[in-house]
Parts: sequence; structure tokens; C-alpha cells
Amino acid sequence: MAQMTMIQAITDAMRNELKNNENVLVFGEDVGQNGGVFRATEGLQKEFGEDRVFDTPLAESGIGGLAIGLGLTGFRPVMEIQFFGFVFEVFDSIAAQMARMRYRSGGVYSSPVTIRSPFGGGVKTPELHADSLEGLMYQTPGIKVVIPSTPYDAKGLLISAIRDNDPVVYLEHMKLYRSFRGEVPEEEYTIELGKADVKREGKDVSIITYGAMVHASLKAAEELEKDGISAEVIDLRTISPLDIDTIIASVEKTGRAIVVQEAQKQAGIGAFVVAEINDRAILNLEAPVLRVTAPDTVFPYASAEDVWIPDHRDIVDKAKKVYNF
Amino acid sequence: MTKTIDAVQDQFETFQILSEDGEVVNESAMPKLSDEQLQELMRRMVYTRIWDQRAISLNRQGRLGFYAPVAGQEASMLGSQFALDKEDWILPGYRDIPQMVFHGFPLYQAFLWSRGHFQGGQIPEGVNVLMPQIIIGAQIIQAAGVGFGLKKQGKKNVCITYTGDGGASQGDFYEGLNFAGAYAANAIFVVQNNRFAISVPVEKQSAAKTIAQKAVAAGIEGIQVDGMDVLAVYAATQQARERAISGEGPTLIETLTYRYGPHTMAGDDPTRYRTKDLDSEWEKKDPLVRFRKFLEKKNLWSEEQENKVVEEAKEDIKASIKKADGAPRQKVTDLINFMFEELPFNLREQLEQYTAKESK
Repeated sequence: MAQMTMIQAITDAMRNELKNNENVLVFGEDVGQNGGVFRATEGLQKEFGEDRVFDTPLAESGIGGLAIGLGLTGFRPVMEIQFFGFVFEVFDSIAAQMARMRYRSGGVYSSPVTIRSPFGGGVKTPELHADSLEGLMYQTPGIKVVIPSTPYDAKGLLISAIRDNDPVVYLEHMKLYRSFRGEVPEEEYTIELGKADVKREGKDVSIITYGAMVHASLKAAEELEKDGISAEVIDLRTISPLDIDTIIASVEKTGRAIVVQEAQKQAGIGAFVVAEINDRAILNLEAPVLRVTAPDTVFPYASAEDVWIPDHRDIVDKAKKVYNF
Repeated sequence: MTKTIDAVQDQFETFQILSEDGEVVNESAMPKLSDEQLQELMRRMVYTRIWDQRAISLNRQGRLGFYAPVAGQEASMLGSQFALDKEDWILPGYRDIPQMVFHGFPLYQAFLWSRGHFQGGQIPEGVNVLMPQIIIGAQIIQAAGVGFGLKKQGKKNVCITYTGDGGASQGDFYEGLNFAGAYAANAIFVVQNNRFAISVPVEKQSAAKTIAQKAVAAGIEGIQVDGMDVLAVYAATQQARERAISGEGPTLIETLTYRYGPHTMAGDDPTRYRTKDLDSEWEKKDPLVRFRKFLEKKNLWSEEQENKVVEEAKEDIKASIKKADGAPRQKVTDLINFMFEELPFNLREQLEQYTAKESK
């Protein structure tokens, strides 16, 4: 098995699908010769040719429309939005067009589009590059939203996303691109969309999270262990649809839970997870379900990221609060 | 010294074949159409005019739903569609229902779309049209994609899309033209300039003298056509189609036209923004009157033929409304099933809930 960074695993998944299906097309700003600003498409144009892997003019809305049109003619587009903060430029194509194509045509047409995009704080970008905007996507019926946290998950989830016949927004946390390596099989494999993964088992408190916060939560779990608190860490992996069964099974076991997200508190995934737990498992709860989130400001100036983004200490504090409730 | 902009704008003269009196003023541009084809063009325009009148009246009776009148734009709509091959794609705006229907979309489904029924969006297999687009301009970037897809597949087919003069102000309009140009996509962009975007006159949309000239910035062909002249619209579209399928790239066609009626039947009152003088000025250019004169001179059209089409249209509409009336009552369970190929947990649960509720 190979050791890969998350970005290598992402490239590997695209290579696999470009080989696997001649209708797969990879395109976006700078994805061709340059291999993408993060090198996610490194070498792909050379290997598969300009017909399959190509640059687009610099216009996100146009990229979205192109993907819809190519999808209608039988292609399987994998489009890149260079940074997810630019999603507002292409929001109509995603939320008003792709997400509704199947519905508006009463099941006749679909948009089998994968939208890959880097996001996430901690790498000191200019504004509108790092924002966690997955909540906007979650509010949109008709699309799936995937956020991997490990190289292994990244490959299996991206292959599944590309093979999915509905639009999938696949968000890649920039801080995880090269921060560590993990074991990734060289052969192809898929991870079912909508399935969470228990990244660490525990019995006292469930920490439900996704993206880079999985790693902060695992670090928090280690600290909690020192104080004799056994934390279970659930990586949602797909935030739309959520894997309710895994969440509820964990909460039924531990009776205590916190939800951790890098995004602002307002109208986030965390709020929805809390509501679902209340609906389905309130009698199992020994304490209220609390949230660890960023504050409800605009994503911070680069030099203020370290005080704004939640870290493992915030998670430890909240976990202890529900544990000692 | 001539300003660059004047030098560009002055090149966009209006392309015309038939004068308002139905005289051929541009013989060399006459498309090669058989007598039967010429009659069929007239038949479609008459049919559509009757359909429009019936639709307005059905709307007033509360029997139709959303409707955007088309009278005045028949030549622009039907002349362009007539130049297409059955395998070509149409990405319509919400007024472009006639092109869809003459491309194979059943009339009763058009009525169901108006009424807001899911069967109105279920395009039959083999009919290459999309559902009418509501977001102004969204179809233009998608047309670049469909046109690029057709090119990639080596197909001798095009994607044609329609918007209005207001649509040419949208960012997606410029992005669509630019993308299609950059990829030399098999695309045709038709801007039906009917002079008003709801109430805002075209003069207030842009400093550009023509919309056709906007092609220049995208590096593609552009032409302004007399949109009340069905032969000119047909010829321009046919040439654009030839260029596209022979790899010469997309074309922007601006048709100068006019909608006689309101923007939609949902309360728009054109007397608030248009004068009677302007209305009658454009009615003099009427596409049906003009083409009828042309055909009558060639002994290709008679009152008898006209009446036959009128009756045929009325019968079709009656039958199609009856068929639309027979569509099933919509259920939430139907709608849930159209969300994804495979339903996620939330919709599976809601499907169960609504199945129970709707079976009561």
C-alpha cells in the first residue's frame, strides 16, 4: 500500500476515473498544463490529453454552465472551483440548476457533476478563499456534500462522487492537503456517500465532526483520555446526507455528545445534528448536546485565524462540560 | 478620426429578405426552401398566433397558469427553429414554448408546464430540448456546454438557445458567448430583442447600438436580423448552423422583434411603459401579414388554407387541454422521488410519512 498525502489521493482518484470512464472530463481554472494551483490535477492533462483535462476561461458561473451542458450530452464532468469562497459566482448553476435538474424534468435529466473545491482555514489565504460554506450547500435540496479528512477517505469518496448520477460538492480542506500522509491502496475502491466513520471508539462522550476538525477532535480525545474520559470521534465524511444511524448509535451508547465544526455557529451542520439527536434520542441523553464552532463573524483576517478557528482545547472544554453535566 | 466603437457598430446592419410589403429585397440571400416548406412556415406562424390567443383566454379563465405571450415574435421563434435538425438541442427561455413544441415537445405537456405540473417537465425521449429556463441567462452558459459536448462527440448538430434583450445584460450571457467562442462550440445564441425587458426599454440596457455587436468581444460571429421577417431569421440561423457544424464556431443572432402582449399574464400592463404609437409602428411590420403577402403573390397561400390552420390549431388546443386535464393529481411522494437517483435518509423517511398521509 502506498503512503500518500490527501492531495495525492485526490489526484489518484481522478486518474482512476479518467482511466475507468472515457466520459469523465476534468476542467477548471489552471487545471490543465499547470496541474491546478494546488497541483491536484498534476500530470493529468499530459496523461489523458487536452480533450479530457482542460483549462477554462476565468469565470466560475461559466464553468458551472459548461458542466451542466456537458452532463446533458452524456459526459461526466469533474469541475474545479479554484477556491470555494468563489462559489457565490457559480451559485445559480449549482443550487438553481444542477441541484434541480432531476426534479424539474420529473426524473428525465440529471446533472452527474462533481464539483471539487479547496476550502478551510489555517493557511493564511486572502479573504474569500478559506470560508466554510458547506452550510449553504446543506440547505440546498438536490446536492450531496462530501468533506474528507484523510487520504484514504479522500480517494474512495471522490471515486464515489464521480460515479454518482447526481451533483456532488466535494470540499477539500486546504490544511489537510499535505499536512500528513496515510495509507492509500493503489487499486480502486469506493466509500459509500452518506456513511460516517468512527475514527476513534469511546464510551463516555461522542464528538461528531468533519473535515480538519476531525484531527482537532482526535487530539482532544487523547487529552480527555488522560483525564479518564473516553471520547468517541465520528467523522461524518458526507455532510449531506448525514449518516443519522451512526450518530444515533453512538449517542445511545455514550449518552453525551458535542458537535464540532470549523464553520460559524449560525445555521450550521452542528445545529442540524443537534436537532436530529433531539428528535431521535433525547431520552438517551444525560446532558444537552453542545456545539464547538467559530463565532458568527465573517471569516477572519489571515493573522487572526489562530484565535478564531476552534482548536482541541475548545473541544476538550465542551466535552468536559457535557461529561460533568 | 472615426471612433473605434462607431466603426464596429456601423458594420451591424439589419439583415432582411422580405420588406414589410412582402417584396423580396435581398434576392441573393433567399434560402432554398420548397413551396411546401414555405407553406409549412406560414402554417406554423398562423397556428402559433391562434395558440397564443387561446392561451391568453385560457389564462384569464384560470385554466392555464403561467403564460408569457408570443404574438409578434412568431417569425423570430419559428424561423430559427425551422433551420434546425431534429437532433439539435434547444435551450429555451420561458417564452420559447413554440420552438419546443415544433421540435417535438407535446402541446399538452406545454400546458402542464404552464400549470406547474411535473409532467410538464418530462421531456419525451428523443426530443432534445430542456425545460423552459426561468433564470434569465442561465441557459446561455449551459448552451456553451451542450454545444461543446456535441463538438466533442463529433456530432453535426448544434445547440441553440434563446434569451431576450434584457438577457443580454446578464453576466452569464457574456460568459456563455466567451466560453463557446474559446471552445468553438456548436452553439447558436439567439437574442430576441423585443425592445422591452418587462418594462425597461432596450436603450436603457446598454450603450451598445446593437446587441449583435456584443459577439465581437467574444470573438464570434454576430448578426442583426429583422425578426419580423421569417425568411431572414431562417437564413441567418441556417448559416449559423452550417458554420457551427463545420467547426467555425458559434454565432450570436439578434432578432429585432416585438411582443404585442404583456410580459406575462401575471398582471403586467404594457400601457405603463409603451405608447400606442410604438405598438402600431411594430404591428405594421407583422411577421404573418408580411409572409402572407409574399406567399399570396406566389399563389401559395389562400384564405381557405388559413382557415384550415386556424381550425386545426383550435382543435389541437382543445384536445391538448383535455389531455392536460387528465394528468394525475400531484402527490408529494411523486416529487420526493425526483430528488435523487437514490433517496437519502431524510427523503426516505419523508417518503414513508407522505405515503401514509397520501394513502388516507
